[in-house]
Amino acid sequence: MRIAEFVMALVLAVFSLYLMWKSAELPIGWLPGEGPGGGAFPFWLSLGMLLCCIAIIIRWIARASPPSRSRESFMTLETVKRFALVAGSLTVMIALIHVIGVYGAVPLFLIFYVRFLGRHSWKTTCALAFCTPVAAFFFFEIALKKTLPKGFTEPLFYPLYDIFL
Amino acid sequence: MEVFALLVDGFVITFEPLNLALVIAGVVVGLFIGAMPGLGSVNGVAILLPMTFLVPPTSAIIFLAAIYYGAMYGGAISSIMLGIPGASTAVATTFDGRPLALKGLADKALVAAATASFVGGTISIVLFTLFALPLAGVALAFGPPETFALMMLAFATFIGLAGDDIPKTLFSIFIGLVFSAVGLDIISGEPRLIFGDITGFYHGINFLVLAIGIYGIGEMLWTIETSQGDVMMSKATVTFQRVFDNLRELRASAKTMIMGSFLGYFVGILPAAGATPGSLMAYGVAKTMAKDPDSFGKGNVDGVVAPEAANNAASTGSMLPMLTLGIPGSPTTAVLLGGMVIWGLEPGPLVFVDHPNFVWGLIASLYVANLFALFINIGFVPVFIWVLKLPFTILAPIIFVLCVIGGYVPTQDMHDVWLMLIFGVAGYLMRKLDYPMAPAVLAIVLGPLAEPALRQSLIGSHGDVMIFFERPISGTIMAVAIILFALPLIKFLNNLRKR
Repeated sequence: MRIAEFVMALVLAVFSLYLMWKSAELPIGWLPGEGPGGGAFPFWLSLGMLLCCIAIIIRWIARASPPSRSRESFMTLETVKRFALVAGSLTVMIALIHVIGVYGAVPLFLIFYVRFLGRHSWKTTCALAFCTPVAAFFFFEIALKKTLPKGFTEPLFYPLYDIFL
Repeated sequence: MEVFALLVDGFVITFEPLNLALVIAGVVVGLFIGAMPGLGSVNGVAILLPMTFLVPPTSAIIFLAAIYYGAMYGGAISSIMLGIPGASTAVATTFDGRPLALKGLADKALVAAATASFVGGTISIVLFTLFALPLAGVALAFGPPETFALMMLAFATFIGLAGDDIPKTLFSIFIGLVFSAVGLDIISGEPRLIFGDITGFYHGINFLVLAIGIYGIGEMLWTIETSQGDVMMSKATVTFQRVFDNLRELRASAKTMIMGSFLGYFVGILPAAGATPGSLMAYGVAKTMAKDPDSFGKGNVDGVVAPEAANNAASTGSMLPMLTLGIPGSPTTAVLLGGMVIWGLEPGPLVFVDHPNFVWGLIASLYVANLFALFINIGFVPVFIWVLKLPFTILAPIIFVLCVIGGYVPTQDMHDVWLMLIFGVAGYLMRKLDYPMAPAVLAIVLGPLAEPALRQSLIGSHGDVMIFFERPISGTIMAVAIILFALPLIKFLNNLRKR
């Protein structure tokens, strides 16, 4: 945990410096007749972020914050495994949405999660994998007129639009 | 007495069968829209605006106002049950509503939210009825310096929200504000902070992307780690007796409810402020006033009561500048204002004289909508609790799917879904190291209000920061904000010295 506290502060300090550099693409000072430049607000706030990171590192050296004193590990092997499975499957689902759309990716994700991670019966899994996208379609697309991404499956929905819209 | 006679006329209009049916339908529709992550009252009102051309203008505004009201109640439901704020107005409800649900006290949180919403709504409608026109003048006295001072006060009230690690809390506020600056510069129109030249950043970072990332994805990852394979999401149970017991216990929170109601109402009437800053400030003030501030964020019922009373009060308050001045106090009232113009009504003080049926019908309908919203909400508590009793391995993937759809819907851009995932993972890792994430979400909500107010004020004063202190209203608010900022800093420095 102690090492993680330092690494996180360092990464965030570098990110703050990047934000300062990025903000400085627009004027960060006072423009006569125009007021503060467009980059001023984010630039000075990013500087504030950097100062906070320095304060966090000083507190880390002084062992003032609880994580800087902790001897626990940041993530156990079991946590890493669980995190990788969940975050990984979520990432794959989002990537698949670009290709096969929400109505293809969501059932696949639900089947993986409910059947293989949750170990529920195929009956429950299939019911959820079928009902969730159907409910999403009628609530978002038909009732609220908010179209969801469909990837290459888009043409398959034209007949449904003709019926319901 | 004339006011009461007009109000009675308003009730006669509201109790016409068509209008009464529209109130009930509006509350139910609003409740569901508000509870859905990614959709808020503004979506509901905007989507259903065209339908109102089928009915007279008074019925139309009654319907839309009922949706607005219902959504304010509904926002709390997803905050408490799923840990995902349905709308920005319900962000503060998540802080304590979610921990209560995880402790098996979801029914207590839901009943507290509904009751506080009812109290906040009722107090604000009474204030609206009695002081509509004089208070409109207060709203006019608010220029950019006052708005900025108010934002500073909001930041000051939540600087102490998350423990005594001031550098991490400040970092969280700053990063939220920087993210709120992504997109096109509001004054020069130039692109700003467009990372990697990705076009998705041109429309800025929607607060919901950060909120759903942190409270949806991040919270789920956290729960998966801490539950260590537990199958239940919550051990909540509910009986009617428990609901009544919860209602009785809420007497202890009466002071917080009243504080939240008044604060929410006065912040709500300020142009461009709306219900979100009101609810956040109410949460901060409730924590400051509390005997046990450390219990906030861990499931203190006052942490649900204060923001819920405030956001409902503010939603009524924000209708005041809309009706009397033609200035919308929130995005939803901006759409309502558009509706009024389309229906041929000119907002302004004369609307009270020229169209009394319209104004007083609306005001009376708010009383009725508020009452129906309370009954419908409490009636639905067992259904909400049933959802929470689903096994975690069923509820978690459904929440993930809702997060993905909720992240996509506001901008209809997959870029935001990826961003939400990144925020979720980063938020989870930072939370493990005690970085408070709530201030970042609050800052990204308030940033788009604070920056223009700051820049417009400085342009007007030619760079003289004294503009914030010389004007009586902004000077007073600034002084309070500075005191509130200083208190935790002094405590922090004292702690350092003791060590």
